[in-house]
Amino acid sequence: MVNPHWLARNKGLLILLPSLLLTAIFVYGFIGTSFFFSLTNWRTLAVDLSLRNPLWETYTDMLAMPRFQADLRNTLVFTVLFIGLAVGTGLGLAILLDRQIAGKGFFRSAFLFPYALSFIVTGVVWRWIFNPETGINLFFDILGINRVLESAGMSPLSPGWTTDPEVVLSVNQVLAHAWPGGATFQIEWGIPVALIPIAIAATWQLSGFVMAMYLGGLGGISKQVRDAARIDGAGEFRMYRSVIIPMLTPITISTAIILLHVSLKIFDLVFAMSGVGPGFATDVPAIFVFEMMFKAARYNLGAAASIVMLVASCLVIVPYLVHTFRSRET
Amino acid sequence: MRILKFLPILLLAACQGTSNQTGAEKQIEVFTWWTSGSEATALETVLDAYRVAYPEVDLINASVAGGGGSAARPILQTRLLGGNPPDSWQTHHGAELMEYYVNPDYVASLRDLYEAEGWYDLFSPALIDMVSRDGEPYLVILNLHRSNTLWYNKPLLAEHGVVIEDSLSFEELLGIAESLQRANIPAMCMGDTGIWATGIMFENTLVGTIGPERYLGLWNGTVSFTDPAVMAAIENYGRLLDYQNTDHAALSWDQAAEKLGDGYCAFYSMGDWVYGELIQNGLEENVDFGWVAHPGSEGTFLLVTDGFTLAKNAPNPTEATDLLRTMGDRVVQEDFNLLKGSICARTDCDRSRFGPYLQWSMDRYAEDVAVPTVIHGSAAPPAFQQALNDALTNFVVQRDPQAFAETLAREARAAGFGQ
Amino acid sequence: MSLKRGILWFILGFALILYALPVYVMIINGFKDASSVSLATMWQLPGRASLGGFTEAWAMLSPNLRNSLAMVIPAALLSSIIGALNGYVFSKWRFRGSEVLFALLLFGLFIPYQAILLPLVRFLQWINVYGTLPGLVLTHVVYGISVTTLIFRNFYVNIPGSIIEAATVDGAGMIETFWRVVLPLSLPAFAVTLIFQFTNIWNDFLFGITVVPNPKAQPVTIALNNLSGSFSVDWNVVMAGAVIAALPTALVYIGLGKFFVRGLVAGAIKA
Repeated sequence: MVNPHWLARNKGLLILLPSLLLTAIFVYGFIGTSFFFSLTNWRTLAVDLSLRNPLWETYTDMLAMPRFQADLRNTLVFTVLFIGLAVGTGLGLAILLDRQIAGKGFFRSAFLFPYALSFIVTGVVWRWIFNPETGINLFFDILGINRVLESAGMSPLSPGWTTDPEVVLSVNQVLAHAWPGGATFQIEWGIPVALIPIAIAATWQLSGFVMAMYLGGLGGISKQVRDAARIDGAGEFRMYRSVIIPMLTPITISTAIILLHVSLKIFDLVFAMSGVGPGFATDVPAIFVFEMMFKAARYNLGAAASIVMLVASCLVIVPYLVHTFRSRET
Repeated sequence: MRILKFLPILLLAACQGTSNQTGAEKQIEVFTWWTSGSEATALETVLDAYRVAYPEVDLINASVAGGGGSAARPILQTRLLGGNPPDSWQTHHGAELMEYYVNPDYVASLRDLYEAEGWYDLFSPALIDMVSRDGEPYLVILNLHRSNTLWYNKPLLAEHGVVIEDSLSFEELLGIAESLQRANIPAMCMGDTGIWATGIMFENTLVGTIGPERYLGLWNGTVSFTDPAVMAAIENYGRLLDYQNTDHAALSWDQAAEKLGDGYCAFYSMGDWVYGELIQNGLEENVDFGWVAHPGSEGTFLLVTDGFTLAKNAPNPTEATDLLRTMGDRVVQEDFNLLKGSICARTDCDRSRFGPYLQWSMDRYAEDVAVPTVIHGSAAPPAFQQALNDALTNFVVQRDPQAFAETLAREARAAGFGQ
Repeated sequence: MSLKRGILWFILGFALILYALPVYVMIINGFKDASSVSLATMWQLPGRASLGGFTEAWAMLSPNLRNSLAMVIPAALLSSIIGALNGYVFSKWRFRGSEVLFALLLFGLFIPYQAILLPLVRFLQWINVYGTLPGLVLTHVVYGISVTTLIFRNFYVNIPGSIIEAATVDGAGMIETFWRVVLPLSLPAFAVTLIFQFTNIWNDFLFGITVVPNPKAQPVTIALNNLSGSFSVDWNVVMAGAVIAALPTALVYIGLGKFFVRGLVAGAIKA
């Protein structure tokens, strides 16, 4: 008599086996190769696989580069801005459409449509829209917003968008106090203003997908749950805030992780919209990897940057997994 | 069940994917980044000339777009490293050719072809020198662009009482810029979402300020980037930045050309690919726009070229050599360059077929000292080119000439050619 | 009640205008002729609508549309099905170490593709599928597994364990339960993963071009990218091409949209 638990376990493993095998090769095998490249002297198109001495010099060189420091800052700021905006917008749209209204299907398709477009082209369109002289700024004049502002004695609204090199809310002073090494940072640690239009464009593109995720989840919440909440006297707003949104937590987590992988790897959109930006205000690690590997042919440097990107994603994934492990035990 | 309907399509496409690999007929694959507009049309004239001469060969045009080959390069590099090269591919002359392809031994010598076709007498010795290592040539150059030209909107300047003669000094340019600024017109057009565009203005100002000898010295290690003359050039470049259109960082280089044509700004220091763009926008040369050497760079020709290689161990060496022979043909070069808006690499092309600007460019090429561009990869190794782009990105915002010069000096040493 | 409706319609309408703005710019500029596309007039309707951009873009894109369909349909379906099976095991048939395996799978989502091009090409050459459609499909399926597994796992977590238990008590095996009970409940999740995978694979550029060098067999995104040259760009053709290339994906959205509202678990079962 075979233990049914044992059988189930092995059936489960059997189902997972092809995926695990492919992942072992395509993910871990290839990443291992990249990691190895990052430790070598390979910095021209001619392959040189001799190990660098000292071994970690490519990494120390890279972390000292102001450009790479700016990239780390930009990824952090962009990720927070983008995930916040996209989850908020997508959830809002899903809740608005979570009821019987005419044209529901039309709205759903309309909000999803941006996601169908290729990033490389939407990047160009957004670059046009955020052009400070001919783009969206014209509407501030047409709609009379600037007239109102001027009559109130304020300066008219004309943001530079992606052309603005400013970094606001710099925390360099705080860092320098908190940690003696902080004074050696070669860049301003704060929010590069030029990243905001990029986060808006990315939100426009992805929030429809977030909406779809939530619509899938909302469809799973039964009428009984809603009715029960209503009987308890909860209004529309309270019902969503204290009953439904908490129930959607697993969806929120998968959405955030999917958006995180988009934000960490974002390339086409930024490349088409602003390139590296004024003073690297919109540069991201994926562009760094691309330029170092394929324009400068510094393979070890490009590989090292991609490894750092992976390690950065661990910082978010590991807490998530710890969370899931815990929730299983309870 | 709907899946079943797609099955035939899948099988068909799958067969198609593999059949090209096993096909027995003669074929050749050429890899370029000319995929659209006049460039693609110009390339097609060359490929058509080949197809007419060799109808039995199936010519595959594996073009991948992207400014200066930005998308094309990863593909090409991955294929070269993977041991799966196209028969011939596009590259610039000088350091790019040497560092990317000659040093790692990816390309074959074209000496036999050059000798058989008598090209040693038909291309200028300076040009042949730029594509050769140890006397072996590795590239057939199809066209020449001049990078150091200052374009201007003629009616706009006339409106402000300015007439440009045969040359323009830097001080004169600044004077005009100052008076235009009072009229609220930015003097310098710029579109640098791709940082290389402001890089062109930098290298034009550099060569215009320090002259061709010292410019060449930068690349062979006899002149340092912290040299006072170079510092003066950086200062000059910084002064030009003050007169740019404010939305330069949101424009691509061709949109800046459009601004020039529309009269939003007066001058554009840019390579002569601008010429094709202006003509395409329906402007007339010497009427709507004029040109002059970038201030101080009279007598110097900053050279940007496009050429084609022969892959070492090319899958189809005979066919590839035939294609390169076609590219070196006089009539093919004339036809190509008329469409591309550039001049022949051969010195015996019929100048009467070309318009006023291109004739001017031919005369300049014949008389001037030709020097390699760093922005398009010819003067210095790729690692330095990237470092220069990064330093420019910082300088445009921070305007610290000392830091800029020191960075360049340090990167030049790291790349192995600096002092 | 009608005031609430009014506010709802107002918000939706306003959002619609904001969402449509970039698409508006794209479409009207696609209908201009090459010489009249310019930043200065980017908001204005074309003086006279020209089909030049669309016909030119169609001529350059249409040969590659079929390649894209042949790639994206099997890749999106396969990765979704594998993801559903994996998600089922990870949520309902956990075993010692299954979380670790889930973590290892999930990690694949974050690898920067630029960094693995070289080993990828070498490996595909080695197993003899380089330059072929199956090779490209394989690549997309493998790199899609982590995201589809994640979506299905977190979706199945919401299915009450009692349903699975009920089925197993009735004597159904693991696979049978999946087939008979779980799969019919999975439509919303399939709608999401198919949309995600279809779009990602359809819009992928990097793999398409590195894995398949032959331009005749390449997906449509490469042809789309080739619409803009290195030194000159006809913006009307690029804009028109983007609209054309997006149409198949948009059709998928409209087709799958109605599945979102289907309940994950019919309330009756739970009650």
